[in-house]
Parts: sequence; structure tokens; C-alpha cells
Amino acid sequence: MGKRSVIPFGPQHPVLPEPIHSDRVIEDETVVEAVPSVGFIHRGLEGLVEKRDFNQMTYVAERTCGICSFQHGMGYCEAVEHVFGVEIPRRAKFLRTIWAELGRMHSHLLWLGLLADGFGYENLFYQCWRVREKVLDLQEMTSGGRLIFSVNTIGGVIKDITPEQFAVISDTLNDVEKELYAVLDTFIKDYSVQSRLKGVGILTKEQVHDLGCAGPVARASGVPMDMRRLGYAAYPELDFDPITYEDGDSYSRCLVRIDEVFQSIELIRQAMGKIPDEKELATPVKGNPDGEYFMRVEQPRGEAVYYVKGNGKPNLQRMRIRTPTFANLMGLCEMLKNTKLADVGLLILTIDPCISCTER
Amino acid sequence: MAQVIHPEEIIETIEVDKLLTKVMELKKNHYRISQACAAYVDEKFELSYSFADDETYQYHTLRVVIDTYAEVPSITEIVPAAVFYENEMKEIFGVKIQMISLDYNNKLYRINTTTPLGPKASADKEEEEA
Amino acid sequence: MAILNYAPEALKNLFRPPVTTKYPAEPAVYPERSRGHIEIAIDECISCGMCVRCCPCGTLSVDRNAGTWSIDRFDCIACGYCVEKCPKKCLHMVAGYQTPGEKKGSVTYQKSPEVMEADRKKREEAAAKAKAAAEAKAKAKTLDESKPEA
Repeated sequence: MGKRSVIPFGPQHPVLPEPIHSDRVIEDETVVEAVPSVGFIHRGLEGLVEKRDFNQMTYVAERTCGICSFQHGMGYCEAVEHVFGVEIPRRAKFLRTIWAELGRMHSHLLWLGLLADGFGYENLFYQCWRVREKVLDLQEMTSGGRLIFSVNTIGGVIKDITPEQFAVISDTLNDVEKELYAVLDTFIKDYSVQSRLKGVGILTKEQVHDLGCAGPVARASGVPMDMRRLGYAAYPELDFDPITYEDGDSYSRCLVRIDEVFQSIELIRQAMGKIPDEKELATPVKGNPDGEYFMRVEQPRGEAVYYVKGNGKPNLQRMRIRTPTFANLMGLCEMLKNTKLADVGLLILTIDPCISCTER
Repeated sequence: MAQVIHPEEIIETIEVDKLLTKVMELKKNHYRISQACAAYVDEKFELSYSFADDETYQYHTLRVVIDTYAEVPSITEIVPAAVFYENEMKEIFGVKIQMISLDYNNKLYRINTTTPLGPKASADKEEEEA
Repeated sequence: MAILNYAPEALKNLFRPPVTTKYPAEPAVYPERSRGHIEIAIDECISCGMCVRCCPCGTLSVDRNAGTWSIDRFDCIACGYCVEKCPKKCLHMVAGYQTPGEKKGSVTYQKSPEVMEADRKKREEAAAKAKAAAEAKAKAKTLDESKPEA
């Protein structure tokens, strides 16, 4: 046994603009143990339910995270809709699906860019974000906000996507797909990328299960877990399979996300082809929520759990958001064991941590 | 068409002394911990431990309703991944959880108030209103 | 495994024009639906206070008697909920973001005197009508009460 020392890492991350701190015990250059600590940006969003009514909470839930904002709003709305027992119009379901998948695309492209930056490939980082900008433009065109959509409401959506906008989306997606093939090919084939990612931070299928990991981290280890299978929004009508890889290393986690970007493009195309032509966008809800429901949605980062409990008053009794990063933190601790200190920054990135939404 | 698997979620209310047995049983049946949270409802704590099965997509929630002064055993010895959830319950609500394997001692979140959503906060509010 | 995989992309980049716009020199283009800030057609406002009640961040305030509507633009999260809820549709979401400032402060919009006058008249009329109705009701009631006695 060599001499052990403790090195604090964070809260500043070299690449990630999110405060996560961890104390790692190292032996020579190898990490033996890592104890993460979060909590620098606890905002108390869950406590806000005492002061805001359930309609206003839609906008609060949406602002939990700046990246998967639409999916947070959707998760909250679906949960409350389940409590009310309302069925939202079919067109609203498809619109939600399209927006959710656009969100997934831009989130994964953001992550791929950060990953490239994390292992020092700055040029690739620029390219990913250049393509991502086109997706953001689509989001701004359809919803009015680049990242915060504010289109969800309890019972459906507020805004519609016009046929002209569908044409623009379709054209842009074709462009984006073509450009992504050129850019993302580098991740898949490039020698330097592989040498940084392959075999680093391996999580086995059993570990993933025991540690309760979710999303791409779990799928990269061969667990075919995809909450879209639960059939919320318009996913029951679309054709897709969860993307899984078997290796469970950083490279697999990268490949899962690359494939999911293309899967999202495919899903948006399917949804645009099947979207029904209806006028109604939202089912009006009456009264106040009374009851409880656990809603699970598949966010870009993994499974998010929304728990709402109402007692017939305008203010909910309890709203709980369990974000995917919260579930993946334990996986991260496990992943960091027996890795080189130089890989730590990169490994923290591979779970796609979003600390702001973890602490809410 | 994607296959939809959505079994009805189970919410099972159990006594606090059955908690560990139940958790062990679920773990044996290959469930993964999905979330755990507390709620302060009608001057009692409602703890929800949710477990998910990744093949059947079954969602199984264990609900424990306890008095605010009651002590709850930690499930972290059986399910290590519950560490952060239990620390959060302890810090935000003031649930008395015993023997958490990695206890942050109310330092998980760097906040100034103690148990912001727990009974103390509500008591304060009532005082304010009165 | 390839070593010069990225080379074609990198070479293309040499000849590509910049993707970014030189913002202050070139104007930024906002799409039609852009949620920039809220504008109010103050003369159409009926001071009902619906926007104040629905605002998630409590940035709006309405004074019915003074005929004003004020907003702290630095607190506004541009969610558009008030725009959606406004019964008169006099609130609008328009493009263009709030410029940075040294300190927060609310902007107050004042109804024009003519509208204020008209409002006042309408209110007086309504009050008179209500008073008359109440009186009539009271009268009817006294009649009702007097009937059984008689």
C-alpha cells in the first residue's frame, strides 16, 4: 500500500459549469475512494409548492434545469394530469414528443461538445455546439425560448407548430443529420478519442442495477431501461427501441448518446408524419388536484421521477423531483474507484451531471 | 409501434418495523431503488421508498407513515444507493434516520435553515400567522 | 481506428465563414414567437388584476384607482402566463430582451386621462346601478316582510 493522500476536487470543474465537489483519496496516481458533496446551489424549488398554485408550478418546474427544461415541465404536467385523470388531446401529445426530442438532441449535443472539451479536443467541441445552435433555433422558432419553452400547461400545450414551421424543422433536421454524420464520426472512429475513453470508468450491469443508475449510464452497461416505454406523450405510437451497449465504459456512454441523437431525429420525423390535424390543444381541467402520482419520464440524462400529492387545495401538498443525476451520483462514486487522477474530470462528465437540477 | 409496458404502480403502506424486511424482499426480487422521499402531511412524516423493476417496469412504492419523533432505520446497509435520498430526508425534513452508512450530518446541502420543509418550519409559519 | 479522421472537417473550417454574427454591428434576428419581454396596451387594460394573481414570480402590480400597471422587468421570467390569462388580451409578448441595468426597478404604465375618465364614469354608473338594484331589493324585501304581517 502506497501513501494515501486526499485531494479535493471542485466545486469548480475544468469544463463543466456546475459546482460539484468531491474529496478523493488517492494512492500514487490512482483514486481509491471518492466522496462527492453537492449542495452549493440548493434553491428549495420543492418548498415553493407552499406558495405557488399548481398552475404556476408548471413554470417553476420547468426552470429546474436549463437543459432538459421542457421535459421537466412535461413530467410535472403529466403527473398532475394523472392526478386529475384527464386525457390530453392527441395533437398535444405529439407536440410534446417533438419538443421533448428536440430537447434531447440539444442536450446530447451539448454533452458531446463538453466531453470533447473535457478530453482536450476543442475543435470538436466547437463543431458540436455549432450544430446544436441549429436545434436551439428550431426551439426558439417554435416555442419562443431558446431553452425554456414555457409551452406546457396542465391539460396540454399552449402553442401549436404551424405547417410552415414543420417544413423548416424537417429541412433543418436533414441538414443537421448530414453535418452530424461528419462531426460525430470523429467520436466513433478517432484514435485519440478512443484512447481517452475506452476502458475508462467501467460500470458492470450488476453495479448499475445495485447503484440505481438511470438513463444513458445504465443503457451503456447493457440495461435496456427506457422510460419512454411507459407510454407517456405520443411514444406508444412511434417506433423505437432502447439503445444499449454492453461495455459500460466511457466510450459506450458516448456511443449511446450519439445514437440517441440520431434516434431523436428519427422520432421527430415519425411524429411529424403522424401528427393529427386537430384544433384543440389543451383539455381544460377544473378544480384542484386531489391525489398522488409518481410520474417517470425519460429525460436526456435518464429517468426523472415526479411525485405530486394534492389534497384538493390550489397548492400541492408535496412535489418531489428526483432528477437523473441524483440517481447517477452513486454510480459516479463507484466509477471513480481505481481510475487515474487525470481521468477524474472526464469521468464526472460522462454521467452528464446537472447539479442545479439535482439540488433543485 | 413501440411496445408499451406500463403496469399499474403499487403504493403499499407498511409499518416501520416491516421496512427493512420489505426492502430486502424487493431487492431479492431484482428491484432497483428509484427514489426515496419524505413528505410532511398532517403532522406526520410520510416516507416513500420507490423501487423499480427494469424489465417489467413495475413501480413499487413502500409508504411508511410515522410520527415526527419516531426513529427510522436506514436502508443503506441493504441498498447503498439510498444514501443521498436518506441524507436529504434527514436534512430537509428532519426525519430521524438511524445509521446511514455515509452520514453527511446535515451538510449535504449548504443551507442556513434547519429542516426547511419539516415540522419546525410549519410551526414557525403558524406563529407568524398567529 | 483512424488518425486523420477529422482532417476533412478541419480543412473545411478554414474556408467557412464564421457561424456567429457580429452582434452589436449586425442586428440580432428574433423569430416571431420570441419571448423577449411583455408589453401592455394600457388603455385596453381593465385593471382586473388577473395577471398579478397568476404571475409565478410576483413581479406585477396593478392599481385600479390610479389606473397603473407596473412590472419589475428584472424579476420577470418571461414565461408568458399572464399573457395567456389576460381576459382582455392587452398583454403581449414581444421580441427583444431586457437590457442589463445597474439596479432593479419597476416600470409603471399609466392609463391616459381620457380612458381614466371613461373608466371612472363607467364605475360610477355601475355603482349607481348596483345601488339602485340594492335599494330595489331592499324595498322588495321590506314589502315581502310587511306582507305576512298584513
